Amino acid sequence: MISDIKYLSYIGLKAWLLSSSPKSPAQARCQRVYLAWVSFRANPIGMVGLVIVVVLVLMAVFAPVLTNSDGLEPNLGNRLQPSSWQHWFGTDQLGRDIYDRIVWGSRITLYIVGLVSIIVVPIGLAIGTVAGYLGGWVDNVLMRITDIFLAFPRLILALALVAALGSGIENAVLAIALTTWSPYARIARAEVLSIRRAEFILAAQAQGASSIRILLRHIVPMCLASIIVRLTLDMAGIILTAAGLGFLGLGAQPPLPEWGAMISTGRQFLLDQWWVPTVPGVAIFIVSLGFCLLGDGLRDTLDPKASDR
Amino acid sequence: MVSTKSIASQNFAALSRKLRAFSSVVVTLLLTFIGLTAITFTIGRVMPADPVLAVIGDRAPQAAYERVFKEMGLDKPIYEQYFRYLGELSRGDLGTSIMTSQPVSEDIKRFFPATLELSTIATLIGVLLGIPMGVLAAVNQGHLLDHFVRIFGLIGYSVPVFWLGMVGLLVFYGKLDWVAGPGRIDVYYDGIVKTVTGFILIDSALAKEWDIFHNAVSHLLLPSVILGSFALAYIARMTRSFMLDQMKEEYILTARVKGASEVSVIWRHAFRNVLVQLITIVGLTYASLLEGSVLTETVFSWPGIGQYITTSLFNADMNAVLGGTVVVGTCFVAVNMISDLLYKIVDPRARS
Repeated sequence: MISDIKYLSYIGLKAWLLSSSPKSPAQARCQRVYLAWVSFRANPIGMVGLVIVVVLVLMAVFAPVLTNSDGLEPNLGNRLQPSSWQHWFGTDQLGRDIYDRIVWGSRITLYIVGLVSIIVVPIGLAIGTVAGYLGGWVDNVLMRITDIFLAFPRLILALALVAALGSGIENAVLAIALTTWSPYARIARAEVLSIRRAEFILAAQAQGASSIRILLRHIVPMCLASIIVRLTLDMAGIILTAAGLGFLGLGAQPPLPEWGAMISTGRQFLLDQWWVPTVPGVAIFIVSLGFCLLGDGLRDTLDPKASDR
Repeated sequence: MVSTKSIASQNFAALSRKLRAFSSVVVTLLLTFIGLTAITFTIGRVMPADPVLAVIGDRAPQAAYERVFKEMGLDKPIYEQYFRYLGELSRGDLGTSIMTSQPVSEDIKRFFPATLELSTIATLIGVLLGIPMGVLAAVNQGHLLDHFVRIFGLIGYSVPVFWLGMVGLLVFYGKLDWVAGPGRIDVYYDGIVKTVTGFILIDSALAKEWDIFHNAVSHLLLPSVILGSFALAYIARMTRSFMLDQMKEEYILTARVKGASEVSVIWRHAFRNVLVQLITIVGLTYASLLEGSVLTETVFSWPGIGQYITTSLFNADMNAVLGGTVVVGTCFVAVNMISDLLYKIVDPRARS
């Protein structure tokens, strides 16, 4: 590592990142990331998506700085105010500032997509890589199960599950995750099948590496690119499903500023105070769009095969 | 002689291949159905703290509780309960709804046509407009229509349908008054037309009640256009991308070299190959519209199965929720499988 840094300061960052003979695995890795970034940067659509997602993350991180209230405290003297300098997006039926609630709501949105990803990716990876690597009846059984979940109606099942478990963010997340993991298993399996007979795997096997080690150290990293692309593209769907559950009153519960629930509680004011239910919908739209665009850009960069132009 | 024999054996081979494809679809369908019912069974009979209370409500007397406990077979082992559940399902017995105190299957018969009507018309809008748009976008890549299809597709992936429905109501019903509001028909028309098919458009046309027909169209317009534009966005985007793939193929070049007109190259050569792939896409769209009805119906107070499920949910009417889930789930799975099957039948590679 120290020699890396010395070497780096000697030839300069850019040359170090572009050198055709990397001196260490760390350098090679940095080079790959840098080259991907260069190609991604040239994609305006992907960059717009990245900006939207980064703004969302910043909003969530700096919510206390960006807002004047916690968005939960009612202020009945101030209810249903239209947009003004004081309240950019107006106030809702309990006099809470809608802008503040949108900003705080970004935390809930990120919490939901983060939690779903944490559940879905390991399950999909585990099932897909094991099925692909071991083959035979294990593959058959695991893929049958995956197919079953693939064919399930997502929203209806989430609904029934939340009905049994009770409303709330965590149960909504669980329901979404249960119906989302299967494509990841398919993707991981396909990746494994394409590299299972590759020479570097044979080399690792010849050196006596265990199956688990080969799966974790050699195969899983190869699957990550397509998994990340798919996950980013799925984010919009996850956000929309979560918002839908919130809208039906089955996801996050009031007074939490979840955007779907905000639309639902603001619905009765649609005709006279249109901004109350409309603004959160725009927020959902922009964030979903951001993830879609980012996913498109990432796919063009990381997975050019699968891109449909 | 030899050649006829080989043709016969070829035919046989093709037939057996088709049969094998067919049986594999049926096996997947069965497995998926078992999976689906296993989940609804788990949700209904295993997960609730007390499944009996979930069915009869917590104000029922002790005697009723014990009777239902026995009736539900809760004293039996779990696998036996599951088989019992499957048996009930196969007889169309979905239990009794607490909310309407009628058999759930009767309720669903009443509510399902409304959902089917809405999603069928929305799918039709998506297919009839989306496919030509997608083809034209692919042929004129980089032109205005192409950009429109791409942007429209992205919006279709990102807009919450319930929100769009709400805004649609605000603008076209609330402000402009171009269409009728929530619901399937105006209240004072309710119950006039005899239910024959359950599709209000067909029923009112059969009864020659044209006022009601117009009223129903006016109610149907907004939700079907909104759902239809989601279908359109997806179908157009996929058609475009399939077409682009085909137009790069060498057989297109061959056709052009042989002097085929551009119209013939696009519609007779490229599009025929796209059509096969589109079957799956249309099936997927139809299935997801059926399922997505839960959200749209809530917004438009559409008396369909989605609304039935959600209102039952809030009344803790588990039989109704699970019955609805099984029915919608089965339709979803079946539509997917049928499109899969059609794909295998129509695909020339699976045929030859």
